[in-house]
Amino acid sequence: MDKLLITRGVQRSPFWKFILWILPWAMLLAWGLYGAYLCLAEGLNQTNMDNRFAFGLWIYLDLTVIAFGAGAFFTGFLLYILKRHELKSVINSAVVLGLICYSGAIVVLMVDVGQPLRAWFTFWHPNVHSMLTEVTFCLTLYLTVLILEYAPIVMKNRQIRKVPSYLVFEFNLHKLMVVFAGVGAFLSFFHQGSLGGLYGVLRGRPFAFREDLGIWPSTFFLFVLSAMAAGPSFVLLTTWLVEKLSKKRLVKRETMSYLGKLSGVMLIIYILFKSVDTLIWINSTSPSSGFPAFEYYDRAAFGTWVLFAEVVLFGLLPALVLLRKKLRERMVWLIPSAVFVLAGVALNRFVLTIQTLALPTLVFDEFLSYMPSWQEVATFSMVIAYGVLLYSLSFRYLHLFPQERELTQPY
Amino acid sequence: MDQTTVKKSRYGMAIDLDRCTGCGACLIACAVENNVSPGQPKVNERNGTTWMRVFEVQDGRPFPDAQTAFIPMMCQQCEVETPCVSVCPQNAVEVDPETGIVGQIPQRCLGCRYCMTACPYHARYYNWWDPKWPDGMEKALNPDVAPRMRGVVEKCNFCHGRLHEARARAAAQGSRQINPSDYIPACVEACPVQAIAFGDLNDESTDVALLARSERAFRFLARLGTETKVYYLSGRDWVRRLADRELARSKKETLHG
Repeated sequence: MDKLLITRGVQRSPFWKFILWILPWAMLLAWGLYGAYLCLAEGLNQTNMDNRFAFGLWIYLDLTVIAFGAGAFFTGFLLYILKRHELKSVINSAVVLGLICYSGAIVVLMVDVGQPLRAWFTFWHPNVHSMLTEVTFCLTLYLTVLILEYAPIVMKNRQIRKVPSYLVFEFNLHKLMVVFAGVGAFLSFFHQGSLGGLYGVLRGRPFAFREDLGIWPSTFFLFVLSAMAAGPSFVLLTTWLVEKLSKKRLVKRETMSYLGKLSGVMLIIYILFKSVDTLIWINSTSPSSGFPAFEYYDRAAFGTWVLFAEVVLFGLLPALVLLRKKLRERMVWLIPSAVFVLAGVALNRFVLTIQTLALPTLVFDEFLSYMPSWQEVATFSMVIAYGVLLYSLSFRYLHLFPQERELTQPY
Repeated sequence: MDQTTVKKSRYGMAIDLDRCTGCGACLIACAVENNVSPGQPKVNERNGTTWMRVFEVQDGRPFPDAQTAFIPMMCQQCEVETPCVSVCPQNAVEVDPETGIVGQIPQRCLGCRYCMTACPYHARYYNWWDPKWPDGMEKALNPDVAPRMRGVVEKCNFCHGRLHEARARAAAQGSRQINPSDYIPACVEACPVQAIAFGDLNDESTDVALLARSERAFRFLARLGTETKVYYLSGRDWVRRLADRELARSKKETLHG
């Protein structure tokens, strides 16, 4: 039965090996489900969040995975709208990654809010001025788009496509892919931006507050740019990992290099804007609120090294490597650079979520630390496990890499 | 004034830090009035619910010259660009245009805690546990204020139960205008040294309006531009410098040359 589901012309590991691979992830998923159940049944007192650290591990990781998942919309936009056909070989994988990241983030958000059954209130009487409203609308709509983009990949499965009506449906969905890619790019632009805007509008948190550019704070645009840098790197890194684990070459090296170039170009633009934004914030925005900016870097482990790491080590450095054709064509440079890009974006989300909350605003208040509880870690591990399982199943039974058949030689 | 129209008020407070002894009577009165539950055994100062906190601050000088001030901190009732109002995704935070009071609607709250992240005064509290009272104590709950459930945010609202009661009393007398002496928040009433003045800042004859204009008046984090309606009073320079970090820093530089 298992063999009948696997795409013709591709090699997959024996079924028992596959079961051995998914078993630990399934156990992790079960542990995570238990942690999430405790949080839902007993309340968020199961977490180590508190009135000062009202956001914690979950929001930080949500922001990070959503940035990583940007590969789906960016790749789709470049392929279907700008006709960059070299990305055709990774688009299916990018869609699966996007689906995992977004659906996982929404699941965690449902555990994170105190009254998940009231989530529909945001649609019923939304506050149109809230960045979180924009995020909620765009995330849910974009998840629908991702499901519609994932559906044709599922329907191309060897057995499912035997049903004629599914095949017709898949064909029609595929014809609409340009529309989905356009809608996806539009929605993603807004929610990636709104996630940045979440912090940029916090007038009461001068560490995060930024000046407006038009109707949005500058962090709106910085989040869009950084997500567009992280997305291709995440697709690249995942593809490389899957190649290593499956011991197969799945995409041509030129595609990998092109993904690296995309990351490099977006990253250098992001770093340029971020540097200008940081200088304006240090010299104008923050002091005008009564907060000397250097004080932010005078507390606990949050020294200026954080800013240096974000802008130079995980920003400028990988950008310069990825922009050089000779370097990015060598995996030994390409892969670590992609890791650095992702580390930089993850650090940016960490700083905006955790450092913002750790810093006191009142002079006589104290700097606070926070360590997530096991229930918080478990709940997030559940999403990681779910992601690995969904990707593993998709890789085994769906045709994620169209170039795989022609690149059959052992890797 | 025509009895059918309601005069717009801007309710505010003025807290005299030179009078406050840090006794905590305001905290207790607030909790009793607003049915704030005492909390579970695991509650600590970071996850417990209290609509007011009292900070103890010292001027850093050695004994016997050392001075202490107690700073009661509750929702500062921001008037302009109220940080918590604009961020709430489902309109669970509103500024009443008739009173200027920032209100929380727990029945609408999603429990996302974005408003808590937005508040510069950390004056918002999340119900991490189900509200529970020791056996028998629930009989002493205030029937005018609904207890909040687990999973929603709450904060000081200048005792809205008392405002509703004052309005009901005015209505019974055929007026839409409340009598100022009918509406006094619990903390103001409980303060044994009368350190807290409360009233309509729009009415220049009120004590609070006069105090807010005095030379001793200042507001915390005023440079954020949210125009809070809670004023603090102190004649002590070092206390006034606690208003924001830039001022506090200039003090440090003066001290250390």
